[in-house]
Amino acid sequence: FMTRTLPPHPQGHITGSELFGYVGIEAVLDQMRRKAMKTGFEFNIMVVGQSGLGKSTLVNTLFKSKVSRKSCTPNYEEKIPKTVQLQSVSHVIEEKGVKMKLTVIDTPGFGDQINNNNCWEPIVKYINEQYEKYLVEELNVSRKRRIPDTRVHCCVYFLPPTGHWLRPIDVEFMKRLGKIVSIVPVIAKADTLTMEERLEFKETIRHNLQANGIQVYPQREYDEDAEDRIRNDKIRENIPFAVVGTDKEHQVNGNKVLGRKTKWGIIEVENVAHCEFANLRDLLIRSHLQDLKDVTHDIHYETYRVRRLNEGNGGGPVNGSLEKSDGESQSRSQPFQLTVALH
Amino acid sequence: LIASYVFLQQDKNARPLALAGHVGFDSLPDQLVNKSTSQGFCFNILCIGETGIGKSTLMDTLFNTNFENFESSHFEPKVKLRAQTYDLQESNVRLKLTIVNTVGFGDQMNKQESYQHVVDYIDTQFESYLQEELKIKRSLHNYHDSRIHACLYFIAPSGHSLKSLDLVTMKKLDSKVNIIPVIAKADTISKSELHKFKIKIMSELVSNGVQIYQFPTDDETVAKINTAMNGHLPFAVVGSTEEVKIGNKMVKARQYPWGVVQVENENHCDFVKLREMLICVNMEDLREQTHARHYELYRRCKLEEMGFKDTDPESKPISLQQTYEAKRQEFLSELQRREEEMRQMFVQRVKEKEMELKEAERELQSKFEQLKRLHHEENSKLEEKKKMLEDEINTFNNKKAAAELLQAQAFSTNAIKKDKDRKK
Repeated sequence: FMTRTLPPHPQGHITGSELFGYVGIEAVLDQMRRKAMKTGFEFNIMVVGQSGLGKSTLVNTLFKSKVSRKSCTPNYEEKIPKTVQLQSVSHVIEEKGVKMKLTVIDTPGFGDQINNNNCWEPIVKYINEQYEKYLVEELNVSRKRRIPDTRVHCCVYFLPPTGHWLRPIDVEFMKRLGKIVSIVPVIAKADTLTMEERLEFKETIRHNLQANGIQVYPQREYDEDAEDRIRNDKIRENIPFAVVGTDKEHQVNGNKVLGRKTKWGIIEVENVAHCEFANLRDLLIRSHLQDLKDVTHDIHYETYRVRRLNEGNGGGPVNGSLEKSDGESQSRSQPFQLTVALH
Repeated sequence: LIASYVFLQQDKNARPLALAGHVGFDSLPDQLVNKSTSQGFCFNILCIGETGIGKSTLMDTLFNTNFENFESSHFEPKVKLRAQTYDLQESNVRLKLTIVNTVGFGDQMNKQESYQHVVDYIDTQFESYLQEELKIKRSLHNYHDSRIHACLYFIAPSGHSLKSLDLVTMKKLDSKVNIIPVIAKADTISKSELHKFKIKIMSELVSNGVQIYQFPTDDETVAKINTAMNGHLPFAVVGSTEEVKIGNKMVKARQYPWGVVQVENENHCDFVKLREMLICVNMEDLREQTHARHYELYRRCKLEEMGFKDTDPESKPISLQQTYEAKRQEFLSELQRREEEMRQMFVQRVKEKEMELKEAERELQSKFEQLKRLHHEENSKLEEKKKMLEDEINTFNNKKAAAELLQAQAFSTNAIKKDKDRKK
């Protein structure tokens, strides 16, 4: 009878070729997939920009359904509020067995006032409040199995298609919010720009962003490996995406396409030759959705947590200015050091 | 297990909505899985069993490789745990596998403390994770998770019943780790004996309230197989890394004069079932249960032990930070009190010392006075004597003078007499 044994391996790396025969470890991928399908996903997307830039339409187009607040509020009247408000609406959508709770957070009133100073403050406050909610849950002694995630995973910032450069409000907003949330800037209503104007505009914007030290998604410093870097570099060279949104369908060459019909032609929204909607959709949904959530959880949330725990007994969530607080933490400036000693 | 989909559906604020076309988020599970593959997985197995029962061999057989094994002696004074970590890879899945073996379990004369080391080890891994989670600057997604995901408890193939050590150990561990009991060296038991043995074991576990790991039956995809497998527990296993030729194939087997026991033959033993359940079907669930149930329990108990609560006496929710602040105040005031105490004690001691010194000074002073007096006395005595002496000297001098005078007078009288005599 033939018998054989393998030589012993020291602790360390044992590659697949040295696994003598099938073990079944790769089945864990399916197990994960199954669990994820069963649990479902949450995604929270915020849209920011002046009224009339097509925010609601774009979001509806992205998710092929009436997910924006506008579309689900009966008797909706377009009134510009006196201050920036934040309104969120949630829906559960499903595709091929994958369930997702999608929350769209709208910011009517942003940039619409005569004096727009500090119009980002309610937004900063909202974002930090969600981090605070999560932190409180996480610090509970008895915790929920799944902490409800209302943190903003992605903030789509709408730039008007001026064709020139970033306006002060754009710079101020993105500078401040780029530090606490992943911003995806888009050029709205891009069908008013020619290809050349678009390219020039994009390049100017990229220069403006760099000059002001603004980090937009995907942030360079969070690339995980070389593969990631290559993939994300391609995206960074192309942002901001110039988008057009619509929920209307038209016949083009015998096919039904989503498009905007004008006297001079039909702008096919999902045609990459016409606009970059498809690129945006692929980025936000098809390839980087999980990454957006991970960056929010592993980086933005952790940053908030560190700041918060270092403040000691601040009381409420960090809000307002992101500069070194002077009046915020008055009495106690001791760090929150929870030393858990092994007895 | 609260299915989170149920959570999604019951959310009053989220209405279901139909999609008018393909959006593309059906790729989400793939996105999630891809992330995990690039990060790699961690899986940690703890094997508890007597020396020589076949723990290492079974691990080798399970993972189709030959881990570095040490044969242990039977004379270990205490139960130890030996952990070894390996990087395994199968297609594009990278697994960081840690196998922890007990060393010397059941070998001691007095086995009362046997399980404690195991419990301590498990708790230490939980504590490690908790520490990381409570850090201010933490990196949980980079953290090498060392918490035990599955505990294989090796039952000796006596054919009768569980040993009391087995029951006691499993009872101590069932709220801390997922226990999967296996009957080791199952090729020494006949089929009928095995059946009876399994029933006996399970009934003993139930009657002693030991909660072993149940393969989950809530997911329709795997409910059927898991339910069936739950009925086959404990798995009767045989391990071997040696291969024997059966027909025209090389199979893992143990060769005896009376026949060949094939490890992967389900008629011979439950090895394949164990591999299916442990790795192919439920590895992820084992990891999740460890994190969501066992770890949470540990964390809750630990925090409560330290005095943290979620609600104050009026049942209003309080945050960890509030409790911490309260504790910090307590601690600071305790510090202050101690400081005050020490200060008081110091002052007291100083006073006492001062008094002692004063006392000593007084004594010294009185001694000094005494000595002075003595000296004075001696002095006066001396003076007296001196005076007496002087008096004596004076008296003597006087006497001497008188005597001399007399003599002189006598001489001069004599001289005059002589003169007188001459003159005659």
